[in-house]
Amino acid sequence: MATANIEVSETPLVLYALRRADDALILGHRLSEWCGHAPMLEEDMALSNIALDLIGQARELYSYAAKAEGGDNDEDKLAYLRDVRQYRNLLLVEQPNGDFAQTLVRQFFYSAFADLYWRAMMTSRDTTLAAIAAKSEKESAYHLRHASEWLIRLGDGTDESHARAQAAIDHLWAFTGEMFAVDDGARGLIHAGIAVDPGPLRGRWLQTITDVVSEATLVLPQNDWMQQGGRAGRHSEHLGHLLSELQSIQRTFPGLTW
Amino acid sequence: MYTQALNTAETDDRGLEDAAKAAQFQARIDAEERIEPNDWMPAAYRKTLTRQISQHAHSEIVGMLPEGNWITRAPTLRRKAALLAKVQDECGHGLYLYAAAETLGASREELVDAMLAGKAKYSSIFNYPTLTWADIGTIGWLVDGAAIMNQIPLCRCSYGPYARAMIRVCKEESFHQRQGYEIMLTLCRGSDEQKAMAQDALNRWWWPVLMMFGPPDATSQHSDTSTRWKIKRFSNDELRQKFVDATVPQAQYLGLTIPDPGMIQDAEGHWRYSEIDWAEFKQVLAGNGPCNRDRMAARRKAHEDGAWVREAAAAYAAKRTQRQTAQAAE
Repeated sequence: MATANIEVSETPLVLYALRRADDALILGHRLSEWCGHAPMLEEDMALSNIALDLIGQARELYSYAAKAEGGDNDEDKLAYLRDVRQYRNLLLVEQPNGDFAQTLVRQFFYSAFADLYWRAMMTSRDTTLAAIAAKSEKESAYHLRHASEWLIRLGDGTDESHARAQAAIDHLWAFTGEMFAVDDGARGLIHAGIAVDPGPLRGRWLQTITDVVSEATLVLPQNDWMQQGGRAGRHSEHLGHLLSELQSIQRTFPGLTW
Repeated sequence: MYTQALNTAETDDRGLEDAAKAAQFQARIDAEERIEPNDWMPAAYRKTLTRQISQHAHSEIVGMLPEGNWITRAPTLRRKAALLAKVQDECGHGLYLYAAAETLGASREELVDAMLAGKAKYSSIFNYPTLTWADIGTIGWLVDGAAIMNQIPLCRCSYGPYARAMIRVCKEESFHQRQGYEIMLTLCRGSDEQKAMAQDALNRWWWPVLMMFGPPDATSQHSDTSTRWKIKRFSNDELRQKFVDATVPQAQYLGLTIPDPGMIQDAEGHWRYSEIDWAEFKQVLAGNGPCNRDRMAARRKAHEDGAWVREAAAAYAAKRTQRQTAQAAE
């Protein structure tokens, strides 16, 4: 039956592309939830812009995953017909928007990573991934600038904004470790020069984070316990709700053209 | 703010509106000259434009809500990106329009406050709900189509900043309209369920869209002076008829039925529609449309929830200025 979840043969390359596509889609979706509800019109525009960049990245990565898989799947089947256990995104990006501080801190942690990661990926031996990386890096650099400038304003703004920004950092910190983890499948791609090892990027990521957080008069948590599981489909309870909304039309009216 | 640089004080003093200035102003309008922010203008012209432009801006912003309702549920990634970009465009239109209103001496903050207090209006069409995906197609096709019909003549409006804003807005709206029609076409070429969804959306939106052109000419309050000032170039009924004549063949091409059994084509080729239910229009304007309360509540919530963010940005800017001043003094 067409409503059933699709099957994906997750070769290392397919899984690689899916993970990055899922990160981009889920974060883009979260940001799009702000559209029409942001603290100021300029932020309705900016958050929508960032969401559009991320959805664009997701589409390219899904299409590449589908091509690498070589079957009947396409970008929409991959996005709309996998359930929560088949999604491979980071736990960080599925966390709810919360207040504006939580959204910005989530974006800040992710963009500071994505900027470094995509820049490193521009030298991938896989020319498609290198091209996606070149475009994504430009976008991520802007996303990082936007999030950093806001974090500084929130941290060094009023007592209330400072407290909210600090609470967001404390809440989301445990989801940052997963960005740097590598499993066996990914290791093969790293050896082959197709993917880059995110592990060594953590030092520079932490430097960026520390600089901005300190300018914002905020502090990073001492607790280093990190949540894991998104890459293997073990998500928070939040993702299922997001997917039930995202996929509702395709699940209700299976197999149609829209 | 840059509005303070404009000569508003003089024109606010109605005592100075002597007959000679007014005659000169009207002569410029009659000669199709554009009025610019620093030019002398009658207080009533300024007031009319401020009301019209700010209502237009509020409509763009409130109009983000019914379509925004489907961003998270768009059926494909391509549709999701297109819808998000479209709603973002509307926000951009709102921003241009508030900026155009600011050139008349009204700040965005006071205009938004008036809207949130329920003292300023926005287009009644956005008080109807978007229930299915076909509503997104229908809004693009009909609501944006009607908006274009209203706004194309505004590209020649006598007030320069408004006219220029409308040129860009119309370009984007026309793209939105094609996008909406393409959604409808896809639905109408789809399954029986999809066709029924498209017809149902047309049935619900048709009459409210006709009401977008405003009350019939016989009862319109603002038209006479607006026409004389070349803010308005066609009457409500003229624009409504143009819209209906353009839309009927589009509906026929889709294979959809306009929900007006009494509609006939006259000898000149115009599609004559039945009597519009103006009682419904009045109810929606009075706040009793299906979504008036929801729309206002959503805008107020965004405004109130965002207050601490705006305060933080202002506090940070003040601190930075203070630091820079202190540094300069050292």
